[in-house]
Amino acid sequence: MSAFLLILTVALVIIVVFQIGKSAELARILRGEEGKEETNSSLALITSVIGFIILILSIITIFIYKPKFLPVSASEQGVWIQQMINWTMFFTCTVYIFTTFLLFWFVYKYQYKKDRKAFWFPDDLRLELAWTIIPAIVLTVLVVLGIQKWFKVFSPAPSDAIIVEAIGQQFKWNIRYAGADKILGKKDFSLTNSDNELGINWNDKNSHDDFMADEIVLPINTPVLFKLGALDVLHNFNLSQFRMKMDCVPGIPTEYWMRPTISTDSMRLITGNPEFDYEVNCSEMCGSAHYNMRKVLKVVSRAEYDKWAKDQSENHSYYKTVVLPAMKEKGGEISMNTDTTKNNIKH
Amino acid sequence: MEQTIEKIATADHGHGIGHHEEHHHVETFINKYIFSQDHKMIARQFLFTGMIWAIIGGLFSVLFRVQLGWPDATFPALEQLFGNWFTDGKLDPNAYYMLVTMHGTIMVFFVLTAGLSGTFANFLIPLQIGARDMASGFINMLSYWFFFASSVVMFSSFFVSGGAASGGWTIYPPLSALPQASSGSGAGMTLWLISMTLFIGSTLMGGLNYVSTVLNLRTKGMDLFRMPLTVWALFFTAIIGILSFPVLVSGVVLLVFDRTLGTSFYLSDIYIAGKALSNSGGSPILFQHLFWFLGHPEVYIVILPAMGMVSEILATNSRKPIFGYKAMVFSILGITILGFIVWAHHMFMSGMNPFIGSVFTLFTLLIAIPSAVKVFNWLTTLWRGNIRLNSASLFSIGFVSVFISGGVTGIWLGNAIIDVQLHDTYFVVAHFHIVMGIAAFFGMFAGVYHWFPKMFGRFMNETLGYVHFFVSFIGSYIIFWPMHYLGMSGVPRRYYSFKEFQAFSQYDDLNKIISMGAIMVFIAQLLFVANFVYSIYRGRKMTKDNLNPWQSNTLEWTTDVEPGHGNWKGAIPTVYRWAYDYSKNPTGADFTPQNVPLTEEELANESKKH
Repeated sequence: MSAFLLILTVALVIIVVFQIGKSAELARILRGEEGKEETNSSLALITSVIGFIILILSIITIFIYKPKFLPVSASEQGVWIQQMINWTMFFTCTVYIFTTFLLFWFVYKYQYKKDRKAFWFPDDLRLELAWTIIPAIVLTVLVVLGIQKWFKVFSPAPSDAIIVEAIGQQFKWNIRYAGADKILGKKDFSLTNSDNELGINWNDKNSHDDFMADEIVLPINTPVLFKLGALDVLHNFNLSQFRMKMDCVPGIPTEYWMRPTISTDSMRLITGNPEFDYEVNCSEMCGSAHYNMRKVLKVVSRAEYDKWAKDQSENHSYYKTVVLPAMKEKGGEISMNTDTTKNNIKH
Repeated sequence: MEQTIEKIATADHGHGIGHHEEHHHVETFINKYIFSQDHKMIARQFLFTGMIWAIIGGLFSVLFRVQLGWPDATFPALEQLFGNWFTDGKLDPNAYYMLVTMHGTIMVFFVLTAGLSGTFANFLIPLQIGARDMASGFINMLSYWFFFASSVVMFSSFFVSGGAASGGWTIYPPLSALPQASSGSGAGMTLWLISMTLFIGSTLMGGLNYVSTVLNLRTKGMDLFRMPLTVWALFFTAIIGILSFPVLVSGVVLLVFDRTLGTSFYLSDIYIAGKALSNSGGSPILFQHLFWFLGHPEVYIVILPAMGMVSEILATNSRKPIFGYKAMVFSILGITILGFIVWAHHMFMSGMNPFIGSVFTLFTLLIAIPSAVKVFNWLTTLWRGNIRLNSASLFSIGFVSVFISGGVTGIWLGNAIIDVQLHDTYFVVAHFHIVMGIAAFFGMFAGVYHWFPKMFGRFMNETLGYVHFFVSFIGSYIIFWPMHYLGMSGVPRRYYSFKEFQAFSQYDDLNKIISMGAIMVFIAQLLFVANFVYSIYRGRKMTKDNLNPWQSNTLEWTTDVEPGHGNWKGAIPTVYRWAYDYSKNPTGADFTPQNVPLTEEELANESKKH
């Protein structure tokens, strides 16, 4: 439809309703009803009915759409979060239903009647205390439970945690594993340039077995510590099904750990989707392709993971596959070049 | 003492006490309608400007909802109208992010702060406390024109190269600091920052005026605890604004420095567009603290005036006192104080020390208490009342409904551990839209319908008001309720498209429904604007024998049909009672305005109490 037609249609709809409104007002004036206090009692009925219908639909649709919510938590941490949600849902839903019901019930029951006298009731200390203290108690319970779980989730990572580094960048994730020595090679921002965007110090032997990963692979039931960072703007490394996320901040390392408890294969059975994959998404506004920073994450058996990691580290380390060949090609050594505008390979 | 105060109040206008029709200065078109120092005219200026921005902000939301509802379709009509925002009929991602950014900026600041506070604080404070005008008419006039200047600058940002700001209304650096990170972070971002600085100047000037006026210019007998709740709410709103907006200025100034002077307040270790930048030592998290120190109180600035007006309108239309007047005042105070110590609940996942998260969870859930008290008090006000339904009271009732729905999800999000899952998802979008996008707007509409006769001497069309209410009420739930489900499914906010992720692409139908709701609600707002404009010129007139059409107790209804400069011909009424003597007497009228002296019976009861 052309722009002109679009605007015309909208204008017509408005004009039609407008005229209806004008004639309704005129009719009321002619009947002598305009400006009088009496409410059309059907208005009270309509308002209440609509209010109740919205209340009922708002609850029913929860159950209709629940199957589409995130599946059962794939991490140990997410289970605690789900428990907190359940408690909160219980209290808030109760209050929501109760108060909304009263609201629309009162609108109907106490609608204007000429002979009705409103009840003079300016205050009541007991009532005020009751509905101050009871919410305070409920909220205290929610705060205590919540803070307990919060400190559990953000406790220090277990010492056997696998370390995976995730550095966000417009618009992709750079994933680095520590390799067989389980130590990530050092980084230094002054080494950053277009050949070494992460600023990895190749003179540090620990970086020689590190490998970059196209897919994040994790062993089930083993804690993993994500070391997060960002090269350019804020990003957020979000693992929706694991219920864990944290901002990635340029200049400030952040991290979180979690223990995956459901393998990719199991989740495929649970969701009934044989193509299901865990996906990393970015959850902090980072520019025009913020919606397209996807990385697949697979949770596999310990044995599978060990095999994969060993193979990656020995045969596909970044140093071996990219840095050494580049050095050979350019015939130079690696230097600690702090001139960030130049290629850091010395000739 | 009262005489001296009256003298000060009228000195601005050069009026002696009691002489208002003879103006000592000539009223030209310019100083009556343009550079007016009359609070009522300034209020109207804020209202008109706010409404224009609301249409623009709402239109933007329709445009990006069209993309989200029909991601595969093309819209040649929209390309005709909006040019390069829609390349080949499809909304461009950069334009999408610009639209969501500007939608937020416009709605939060220009509509719900300037358009809501600016309008009603200006209009109602002097009239409801019994003052001739604000403490300083001149500064009040400036507050509008700074807002106007800020609007011009913001509007111009749509037309610069790179477009308007596009890093979200929260404009976090480094995205907003680096032009190479986003096209909207170029000239558009600079203009945003200039515009907001002017805007904050406007808000400060207004706020200082409102506070001074309430403290100093109340008429005889208008003790603080006899003021209508509207005034209390607007008073505390002004205090919040005065204390919090300057912190945003500081955040903005540091951002300007980072953008133009090479400083590193927010920037450190950045590699972008193939270059490593030399900035070092800064923290993006610093900006977030400075932004949210304003950002959180800002949402109370948005909602408190609406709450104050709703209290007034519900009491008037239930023919009952607002229940728990003192508790309502103290809960506003509680919200004000607590509102300053919860800002980092917007930052739970920012990378700040988790210990801070626990502190802010505690205070955030505490602030739910005064809000809950208010809801229960409104319900009790309606209980056993004699409820008149009109456009104003319908929107007030709708306000209570959506404030409950939107408020309870705040308890989810305010608990840090739940926020780990729900941060930056559509659940957050649902929450803040229901409390701000619906509740605050409903409060604003209620205020417009209720005080329109006082502003323009005519009534708005009631039937159109009902249509406006029902379509907006139902439509708003259609738009925002499903967003809770999207959020619980992990769908992130600020996503141009959901197809790229398996997990998020299962909601095509719901997204269409939401978008259709948005279009429907937008059209209803256009209807409201048509009603508003038409009624100013052709609405049913308020006549001299019907000066108080809602039979309300407050002082503004004791003025003429269209109060002139100085508000009351003759002396300002003296106040003898609070604003809520509705249905106090078992016989006789079901209301007793504030300026009606106590009866003998009432005097006897008063002395019995002591």
